[in-house]
Amino acid sequence: MSALTREETEALIQEVLEVYPEKAKKDRAKHLAVNDQAVEQSKKCITSNRKSLPGVMTIRGCAYAGSKGVVWGPIKDMIHISHGPVGCGQYSRAGRRNYYVGTTGVDTFGTMNFTSDFQEKDIVFGGDKKLAKLINEVELLFPLHRGISVQSECPIGLIGDDIEAVSKKGAKEIGKPIVPVRCEGFRGVSQSLGHHIANDAVRDWVLDARDGAPFESTPYDVSIIGDYNIGGDAWASRILLEEMGLRVVSQWSGDGTLAEMEKTPKVKLNLLHCYRSMNYISRHMEEKYGIPWLEYNFFGPTKIAESLRAIAAHFDDKIKEGAEKVIARYQPMMDAVIAKYKPRLGGKTVMLYVGGLRPRHVIGAYEDLGMEVTGTGYEFAHGDDYDRTIKEMGNATLLYDDVTGFELEEFVKKLNPDLVGSGIKEKYVFQKMGIPLRQMHSWDYSGPYHGYDGFAIFARDMDMAISSPTFKNLVPPWKKKSETEELKKAA
Amino acid sequence: MANIMVRKDATGAYSFYLPKRDLEDAIVSMEFDTPDKWGGEIKLNNGGAYYIEPQAIPARFPISLRAKRLDAAE
Ligand code: SF4
Repeated sequence: MSALTREETEALIQEVLEVYPEKAKKDRAKHLAVNDQAVEQSKKCITSNRKSLPGVMTIRGCAYAGSKGVVWGPIKDMIHISHGPVGCGQYSRAGRRNYYVGTTGVDTFGTMNFTSDFQEKDIVFGGDKKLAKLINEVELLFPLHRGISVQSECPIGLIGDDIEAVSKKGAKEIGKPIVPVRCEGFRGVSQSLGHHIANDAVRDWVLDARDGAPFESTPYDVSIIGDYNIGGDAWASRILLEEMGLRVVSQWSGDGTLAEMEKTPKVKLNLLHCYRSMNYISRHMEEKYGIPWLEYNFFGPTKIAESLRAIAAHFDDKIKEGAEKVIARYQPMMDAVIAKYKPRLGGKTVMLYVGGLRPRHVIGAYEDLGMEVTGTGYEFAHGDDYDRTIKEMGNATLLYDDVTGFELEEFVKKLNPDLVGSGIKEKYVFQKMGIPLRQMHSWDYSGPYHGYDGFAIFARDMDMAISSPTFKNLVPPWKKKSETEELKKAA
Repeated sequence: MANIMVRKDATGAYSFYLPKRDLEDAIVSMEFDTPDKWGGEIKLNNGGAYYIEPQAIPARFPISLRAKRLDAAE
């Protein structure tokens, strides 16, 4: 399908907005835009990080999801208590596929769900006693845990429990850190504030634990910030960094540990993958410890090579050489992947709607395969994310912020891409429309997609989705108008 | 008064960050930028303006400061 012109895209937005009542239309219009690379500031064309409209289907999560699910959850040797009713934790349990090594239930706890399971009486009389009891129970049953975080669900803020006091007291009793996190779901407009709150909790309760403690450092110490090891992403990234001669001290937070977090202030450079969820702590470390941070992108060979060189530029010649060696070593492998898949995927179009970093970071990977991204949008981005996106997207492509279920469906119907990259809630809607979808949150039970190894898997998965014959057979034969007509003509 | 953070990038340009609202922007002009007098009225790329009490230039960046909002964008 040929790309739309600017006017056509604008007309498309107007057409989709037509169904809304006047007020909703005015509000939603601000969140939809036609990309223009000439625009310096995204806020001139698109509004973001605003409350979703009541009555529309939004795809956002809550602050608790941002803190427990994203930032804290993957820290494997801590027990994260979902403090409040059982559902918030249970329905989101282990859904993010943050891989880790360890024996679950003994020294690692990533896929388990711990909750205080609030009942009516806890709401009425307060849940502090229950929390204190829970802390002791955790210590008794799982003595190898390294610390606890208390992730507040909505009711905690509403009934005014003092989780900080309970945590401090409990920490003294068990002799391990307990971190209270005020990430009640009602705070903020999306999971984004949960990331911020979680970062602040790390700053206040964890980061300075080893200040002044001895540490054998090398000039090549770095940390990976904002990689959640989905399907093994952080591992695929880590080996590249190590191969070029760097020492990865910590992983935040996929397959990460409390000790790694505490050691992060000793590194020389923070490598930030997901800017949205962890820029806060990077900024803090830059100010307090003088550690610079660098955003990088490990999707697709072009961006990986760019990023490796940018990272190496912070170090001496040995690392720079190392980076070149890594790039040279993997390039033939990448060329083979591209040679295999580009002829099958070249010219295909894809529309994205994800969160965090992916709506802009994966564009390069698709382009490496000769594909074109015709629309992209974030669930919970802020202005600075769109600033970074505008340059990555082609002119006259579609941008949508906090898109509603209806809008996304209409856009997809009109733009008719060959592939949609979004989440589980969107998957079956589009597949029933005959358009393949790859889940770009959890990599559709595949992965990793980061790094050179990840790109090979990414290319295979995209090909598997797009080239599958299934989607051409979704229309039953008697509804295939054109073909029957052709048959008649032929007869 | 708001808590802000001022950064200096590799090229020496200042940038502004307002944690409360996750607002990141370039500082296009600063009233005083000499070693012993630094701060004053700063203008942001988005049209906003803030006032930092003039002071000796901070020894290192980034630095968190209190600033008064003179003119908010939007
Ligand atoms: S909004 Fe509140 S009740 Fe709902 S999942 Fe989030 S924390 Fe739980």
